[in-house]
Amino acid sequence: MSLAKRIIPCLDVTDGRVVKGVNFLELRDAGDPVEIAKRYDDQGADELTFLDITASSDNRGLILNIIEQVASQVFIPLTVGGGVREVDDVRRLLNAGADKVSINTSAVTNPQLVADAAGRFGSQCIVVAIDAKQVGDHWEVFTHGGRKATGLDAVEWAKKMVELGAGELLVTSMDRDGTKIGFNLPLNRAISDAVSVPIIASGGVGNLLHLVEGVQEGGADAVLAASIFHYGEFTVRQAKEYMRDHGIEVRL
Amino acid sequence: MIDIAVVDYGMGNLRSVSKALEHVAPDKRVVVTSNPADIAVAERVVFPGQGAMPDCVRELDARGLRQAVISAAADKPFLGICIGLQLLFDHSEEGNAAGLGILPGNVKRFADADMVDANGARLKVPHMGWNEVYQSRPHPIWNDIADGERFYYVHSYYVVPEDADIEVGYSNYPKRFTSCIARDNIFAVQFHPEKSQHAGLKLLSNFVAWDGRP
Repeated sequence: MSLAKRIIPCLDVTDGRVVKGVNFLELRDAGDPVEIAKRYDDQGADELTFLDITASSDNRGLILNIIEQVASQVFIPLTVGGGVREVDDVRRLLNAGADKVSINTSAVTNPQLVADAAGRFGSQCIVVAIDAKQVGDHWEVFTHGGRKATGLDAVEWAKKMVELGAGELLVTSMDRDGTKIGFNLPLNRAISDAVSVPIIASGGVGNLLHLVEGVQEGGADAVLAASIFHYGEFTVRQAKEYMRDHGIEVRL
Repeated sequence: MIDIAVVDYGMGNLRSVSKALEHVAPDKRVVVTSNPADIAVAERVVFPGQGAMPDCVRELDARGLRQAVISAAADKPFLGICIGLQLLFDHSEEGNAAGLGILPGNVKRFADADMVDANGARLKVPHMGWNEVYQSRPHPIWNDIADGERFYYVHSYYVVPEDADIEVGYSNYPKRFTSCIARDNIFAVQFHPEKSQHAGLKLLSNFVAWDGRP
C-alpha cells in the first residue's frame, strides 16, 4: 500500500457564509464555514479548500478570520483561493493558517505572480486553479468565475504554470461545475498526462461513481466536491468507502 | 522559560506547527523564534522547514542560527520536520547544497524513471498526500501510533542515511524510502505531523512528553 488518493471538500465562501451555485450562478446558503470544516474533518476529509467568492472588497478580510478559526481546530491541509492578486495576499493567507494558496485569474493576468509566490514560499504551497471550457476541439482557459475567455489552451497553460512553479493544479471544468453530471474526464486526463505535479479534479460531481471515474479515467490525484457533501447527500467517509470498494487506495 | 522553541529561519509558514503544538500542549510555552538565545534555553526544539534546501541553508546562516541548531541537536529533545529532517544530513542533490552534517548521508530526488506504480500509472512528484508510515523499530515517539498509520507528505526529495540503523520509519513511493530517523535525542520526519490530523497530533504530543532518550 502506498499513497492514497485524496478527497477534498470545497467550501465556496461569500460574506462569511458557505454557498454553492450552479455554473457559478444561483448561490444557495450552505452554512457556517467553521462548523462545516469541523464536520468534514471529523468525517475524514484529506484536505479542505476554501474559495473566497466575495464580490465586494469590503468583506474580503472575513476569510482571514475564518481561516484563523479553522486552522486552530482542524489539523489537515487547508487551501485558500479567491482574489489572490499579489505576493502579499499569499503571505496574508499563509499567516492566517492556510497551507496552500490557490491562484486563478491573477495567474493569467500576471503569470509572474506564480513564479514570485513559488520562489518566496515554495512550490508546495502554490496551487494554480485552471477553469476550462470546451471550445471546438480543445479546452480553453476562462477567468473571472468563468465569464471571460482568455484564448489560452488549457493543456499548454497547465504546462506553463508548472514550469513557473505551481506545485499542484486544480482543474475545474466550467461546463460541468454544479451540474452533477460528472467530471470532464478527457480534460483531466489530458492535463494529468501533460504535467508531473498532482492534479485535483473539480466540477460536476453528482454521485460517488463520479469520484471513482475522476481517479481511474481522469487520472486525478485528488477529487474535489462541494454540493454532494454540503447538503448531506453523502458523508466524506461514505465517499471514501465507495472509492475503496472500487479498488482505489484511500485513507480510512 | 521556553518549553518548546520552533526555529524560524524565514522559510515557510510556521503557524501550523506552533498551532498544533499549542493544541497538544496547552500548558507549555511555545515560542516561534529566530533568536539563538531562545533556542539555547528552550527545553526542547522543533526544527521545521519548507521550500528549497539551498535557500534554507542560506537563510539559516543569514540569521546566525546554524550553531544554535547544531547545539540543540546535540543535547535536547529535537524534532526535525520535512526540510528540517533533510538539513540534518551532509548533502542534498537539490541545488547541490551542503547540509548541517549532523548525520552522515545524502538527500536525493525521486528518480523520474522509478515513478510508475504497480498498474503502470505514472506517479506524480512532489509526493503529496497521505501515505502509510511503517515503523522500522520501536521508539517512544511511536507510542499509541499504529504501524502503517497514514501521515501527510509534501516533498520531492528524501534522505538516504549512511547508517541504516538510524531509520525509525519508512514509506513506499513506489520504492521504499526512509521517512523517519532517530538517533539519541534527535527524531526527525519527512511528513508533516502538524497536518496529519489525529496521528500527527499524537506524534507531537509524544514528542512533548519525550525525555530525549531512545
